[in-house]
Amino acid sequence: MLELLSGFIVELRNAGLPVSLTENLDAMHAISHIPLEDREAFKYALGATLVKNNAHWRSFETVFEVYFSLRGSEYSISENGEGSIEDFLQQMQDAQMQGEGNGGAGGMDGLTPEELMNILMNALMNGDQAMMRALAKQAVQRFAGMEPGRPVGGTYYLYRTLRNLDLDGMLDKLMDASKQEVGGDLTKLEERLEKDEYNSRIEQFKQEVEAEIRRRLVADRGAEAMAKTLRKPLPEDVEFMHASRDEMQNLKKSLQPLTRKLAARLARKRRHGRKGPLDFRNTVRHSLAYGGVPAEPKFKYPRPAKPELIVIADISGSVAAFARFTLMLVYAISNQFSKVRAFVFIDGIDEVTDYFKKTEDITEAIHRINTEADVIWVDGHSDYGHAFEVFWDKWGKEINPKSTVLLLGDARNNYHASQAWVIKEIRQKARHVYWLNPEPRSYWNTGDSIVGEYGSHTDGVYECRNLRQLEAFVEKLA
Amino acid sequence: MDPRFESVQAVRDGLKAVNYLADEGIAGVAFLADRLGKPVLVEGPAGTGKTQLAKSIAEMTGAKLIRLQCYEGLDESKALYEWNYKKQLLRIQADRGSDSWEDIHDDIFGSEFLLTRPLLEAITSKEPVVLLIDEVDRVEVETEALLLEILSEYQVSIPELGTIEATQIPLVFLTSNNTRELSEALKRRCLFLHVDYPQMEREKEIVLTKVPGVTEMLADQITRIVRSIRQLDLKKSPSVSETLDWARTLVLLGVDTIDAEQAKETLHVLLKYQSDIAKAAKELSDD
Repeated sequence: MLELLSGFIVELRNAGLPVSLTENLDAMHAISHIPLEDREAFKYALGATLVKNNAHWRSFETVFEVYFSLRGSEYSISENGEGSIEDFLQQMQDAQMQGEGNGGAGGMDGLTPEELMNILMNALMNGDQAMMRALAKQAVQRFAGMEPGRPVGGTYYLYRTLRNLDLDGMLDKLMDASKQEVGGDLTKLEERLEKDEYNSRIEQFKQEVEAEIRRRLVADRGAEAMAKTLRKPLPEDVEFMHASRDEMQNLKKSLQPLTRKLAARLARKRRHGRKGPLDFRNTVRHSLAYGGVPAEPKFKYPRPAKPELIVIADISGSVAAFARFTLMLVYAISNQFSKVRAFVFIDGIDEVTDYFKKTEDITEAIHRINTEADVIWVDGHSDYGHAFEVFWDKWGKEINPKSTVLLLGDARNNYHASQAWVIKEIRQKARHVYWLNPEPRSYWNTGDSIVGEYGSHTDGVYECRNLRQLEAFVEKLA
Repeated sequence: MDPRFESVQAVRDGLKAVNYLADEGIAGVAFLADRLGKPVLVEGPAGTGKTQLAKSIAEMTGAKLIRLQCYEGLDESKALYEWNYKKQLLRIQADRGSDSWEDIHDDIFGSEFLLTRPLLEAITSKEPVVLLIDEVDRVEVETEALLLEILSEYQVSIPELGTIEATQIPLVFLTSNNTRELSEALKRRCLFLHVDYPQMEREKEIVLTKVPGVTEMLADQITRIVRSIRQLDLKKSPSVSETLDWARTLVLLGVDTIDAEQAKETLHVLLKYQSDIAKAAKELSDD
């Protein structure tokens, strides 16, 4: 047990979770108070002692599932694992069949795919959890085509299984069925609620399938090998440029608490910064308490000027996600700046400040940028040179010594003219010019990237591959 | 010291008896907190019953609840202890001339002149205590250090008096709305519990136990609609307490089944931002 637990903790650390020695000891203490056969309690005992940040919970869960998965003959990949689960399955199925008036049936192995789909639909309809679990097992066995020792990731099997089940079609069928049940149409509200219900059940089923695949893989390959392939980066370490759709969702979710924290921290920094000059009036007033002796000097609160921010972002395909996150972050803490203006470009450039002013909802503003902003000049491939030139002509005179200019993009210019003189001019007028590049530093200045040429005219080029780096930069800025 | 709870299930049942529906995780962590004698750091969105958890545990175990509300500028004299200067002055003046300096010096720094504040009170109390340190994320990072000694050793060191150790180990709950990252030192000393919006079934049960006069059907509808709303991209998702408010409103209005129109009219109970209300109303009616 001790060995397993220490392996588990090493893997947690590998996944990026900070687990200290005392936390390790706490975990050992904790599980001695918990009945080991209670898997859920065991999980929470470990979770409470080892994971101190909710964003890390998912990573923890994955590692936990791998290390403490249910193992036994019935989970082996080969199909001759007849165990109590099979009997249970049969019982369930008999009950199901009788309900449909279909009569006796053999094992689930003998079913045609159509019959299997029908059972699944019924299970989803009634929210029958035990049945869903049994079906997930069956589906994996039948459709995933797993072979012992085959070096394929779990996602491949998941994809194969789900493709055969056609769950999207299932949702439509479920909706139709529930309409028939009521007899007549549902109101919009009812329809929506039903749909959410079925969606959550289907999601649950998918998770069952995923868990089943993982169990089988672990049984085949052993925990350590699996943990390595399943290891997921923490949300703040996910790279903007290569995030999958799921990871994007997670990023978005973790952005909000992050901005809240950032805003609170900045406000505090502003208030509690160094002391200002002596406040004469206040000092004299307080001196009365000491008989006219100014024993307690009072100082004015410092009120540092808030910078004016001009964001110029490349929103072409490759870096769109990065621009979106930076704009969201900047606007979420826009009260830390006296003014924020936003420009977006691909090969043409357009001001989008108004989109943010009109609505409180940042996501909607971002959506409008993507659909309405006029950023295409010729062919819709990034042309930094032209965009900068137009910017200088149209808005260049509005840059003043209070403004900080933020340039976002990978500086992949498709071999157009760089027009780096614009940046040089901007820098002479503005307080600061920074360039944020979402590419890893080692890629800079390779191929058509000319970040070095632009960078030499700025106050600094920063690598911003993930939320952590972005947060650090924004804090420095405000 | 005897453990307070028999098993995880006992915690769960006990909490249920005082109308707090805990899930596996909450009950498990509360159980461990007692067995390991460690504080619990409860984190999660506002209005999910973090403070209520501490209150319910206190009610369940029949312990006294001592609460320290944190805010910016909280300091030692408000959290731990303070010397009662006026009383000390009086003492010195009362027998001027009679006592020698040593006597007075030892005398005025006795426990008689000590004003206990919540933290000190919690560990010196004779009866069982549940200590709730509310919204610990509001104090500055430096002030957090005040809590460290009491959280790990259950003792308070007073320079003039020595170390006061706990007569009994209180159950300690710290809550945080996560407006800033707490220091590693604090996190390390605590068990961590994240309380999120509950699953639909649990929320329905909560509505049923907390709102008198609500029908099973209505509760079901309410929680389903709330779940739909939580899936939207909102500034502030409705919390459990707002769900309860909404349920009470609907019961007061004598509503049996909610249609889109009624839902729209009472949305302002559930959501607190105009833009959120507009968005949810749009989603709930014909889209």
